[in-house]
Amino acid sequence: MSSAETLLSVDQLKVYFNVKPEGAMLWTKPLRLKAVDGVSFDLKKGETLGIVGESGCGKSTLARAIISMVPSESGRVVWFGKDILGLPVDRMRPLRREIQMIFQDPLASLDPRMTIGEIIAEPLKTHLRDLKPREIKARVQAMMEKVGLLPNQINRYPHEFSGGQCQRIGIARALVLEPKLIICDEPVSALDVSIQAQVINLLTRLQKDLGISLIFIAHDLSVVKHISDRVLVLYLGNAVEMSNGDELYMHPRHPYTQLLISAVPIPDPEVERNREVELIKGELPSPINPPSGCVFRTRCPRVQDICSKEKPVLRAIEGTHEVACHFPLD
Amino acid sequence: MSLLKVRNLFVDFSTPDGTVHAVTDVSFDISKGETLAIVGESGSGKSQIVFAAMGLLADNGRARGEVLFEERNLLSLSPSDLNKVRANDIAMIFQDPMTSLNPYMRVSEQMTEVLVLHKGMSKSAAYTESLRMLDAVKIPDARSVIRRYPHECSGGMRQRIMIAMSLLCHPKLLIADEPTTALDVTVQAQIMHLLNEIQKEFGTAIILITHDLAVVAGSCENTLVLYGGRVLEYGRTVDLFKSPAQPYTKGLLSALPRLDTDGEQLHTIPGNPPNMMLDVRGCPFEPRCPYRRPECAETMPDLVRFQDDRLRACHVAFEDLQ
Repeated sequence: MSSAETLLSVDQLKVYFNVKPEGAMLWTKPLRLKAVDGVSFDLKKGETLGIVGESGCGKSTLARAIISMVPSESGRVVWFGKDILGLPVDRMRPLRREIQMIFQDPLASLDPRMTIGEIIAEPLKTHLRDLKPREIKARVQAMMEKVGLLPNQINRYPHEFSGGQCQRIGIARALVLEPKLIICDEPVSALDVSIQAQVINLLTRLQKDLGISLIFIAHDLSVVKHISDRVLVLYLGNAVEMSNGDELYMHPRHPYTQLLISAVPIPDPEVERNREVELIKGELPSPINPPSGCVFRTRCPRVQDICSKEKPVLRAIEGTHEVACHFPLD
Repeated sequence: MSLLKVRNLFVDFSTPDGTVHAVTDVSFDISKGETLAIVGESGSGKSQIVFAAMGLLADNGRARGEVLFEERNLLSLSPSDLNKVRANDIAMIFQDPMTSLNPYMRVSEQMTEVLVLHKGMSKSAAYTESLRMLDAVKIPDARSVIRRYPHECSGGMRQRIMIAMSLLCHPKLLIADEPTTALDVTVQAQIMHLLNEIQKEFGTAIILITHDLAVVAGSCENTLVLYGGRVLEYGRTVDLFKSPAQPYTKGLLSALPRLDTDGEQLHTIPGNPPNMMLDVRGCPFEPRCPYRRPECAETMPDLVRFQDDRLRACHVAFEDLQ
């Protein structure tokens, strides 16, 4: 992998939150919640990186930390060779043109008092101040067509649209600045199956046409595998495994990934009824007080003494397949 | 013998903008110990069917038709009689366990209350029984969990508590309305496994309402597919997945991304779900159907039996869909 085509490189990113303990006084020292605890990955141009994990694993926080929507503790986020972590707002603004975001709840992320046309035009007005109104309108119309919205809908308000349509508006707003990277935070989990397929196909088509990179965050493994070139699995703020989607599904190396994949039901009664589902035991530990060593050791079927003493690092074990485990599966 | 018979059920809501026809002419049976899945997308009326049966409709809702539970029509029962049925015979669990548990009461109080009220048990007997039920739903360390408040439990644990609570009176029918939608996939697997075990152990009939066909595949004998408030297909789950007999079912199945296969492009169903305010004369799926014909917009096809135990509502011949 040459560095020339690397778009984004995240290195040992840590995001900690302060949490007041129960019964805290003003002077009580806050506890540290380790939402993201040292995650690293590279993203190439035109690539889709899927990030999966259960609720509370830090996938959304990771996405927000990349564009400085939440402050990070330490680490580096390198965008085209430049560390952009913790840049002041005025120096961050031009970067927001290049990195856009799509959110989970399509209706909540659109201003109810703005028309569709105004919503999609807003990024243009903010970032490209010398554009003439005529040019803005032309760009908005072109973008609406690209995402499958009808031209006569330009003066309507978000509440007049269904969830899938609203997500198309969100996609249009993200794309109108012609960004290089779009971070999608659970973009289809609020949508019905038939609409979900439409939005996924739209995203993949636009990505191919425009050559943008995607970071695709979701809890649904089937969706992530479908859309992603590579998949990163998070558990309790730590990256446990990273590989291309097919390889990860066929040969998971981390015990957590294996259990996670086993839990996903297959929509086929004959397959599903003969399948042995391995259930994961225990409860998710608290990120305020994570287990020592490997964070998964409290629930891991392969746990040994070393797991509580030494934290495994993410390392390549076969080609580009990386895993953080002392005893990876064969 | 059928445990629950739903016959020609209609549910309407009157709103300032007009009447919403949430459920139109729905009929189905469920027998003892059976698992039936009711599948549909948001707004298909799947929840309103059971809300109507349980007397839980919103104030502006009105149900017509018959919901016969052991030959008694639930829709015409007095509130106190309905309460008895809801206590002893039919239990329900909901999507979000946090909003269905009382945040001000400890788990023990919420659970014993049920037994003291409906079974006339003493407080200590009820406490023991509640503990036993928490053990039955595999809550680790039930003795400490029973003393907690709901917010001190994780989402999966709350749903287990809800299930334990619903089983306290040994209902004959358990209605689960999207029980795993708010949960992570690993927790979902645990809960579905638990529901299957409960059914084997207690012989409870289960109605599983869900939008997730993958969940249905693993655990339900029969499946009812709803769209726009109408039944479009009914049959054994295995048959339905193998040879869907309605264009909507077919489209829904192929729109699902699967973990175990490779698909380049997902099949999509064009268009949007129907507006339930409109009086649709024909098939509600007609505007989005790739097989549609002129008559589809004119008349709603009847739900007819076409193989042993399969029903379908479609003008297009079954063979033409395969």
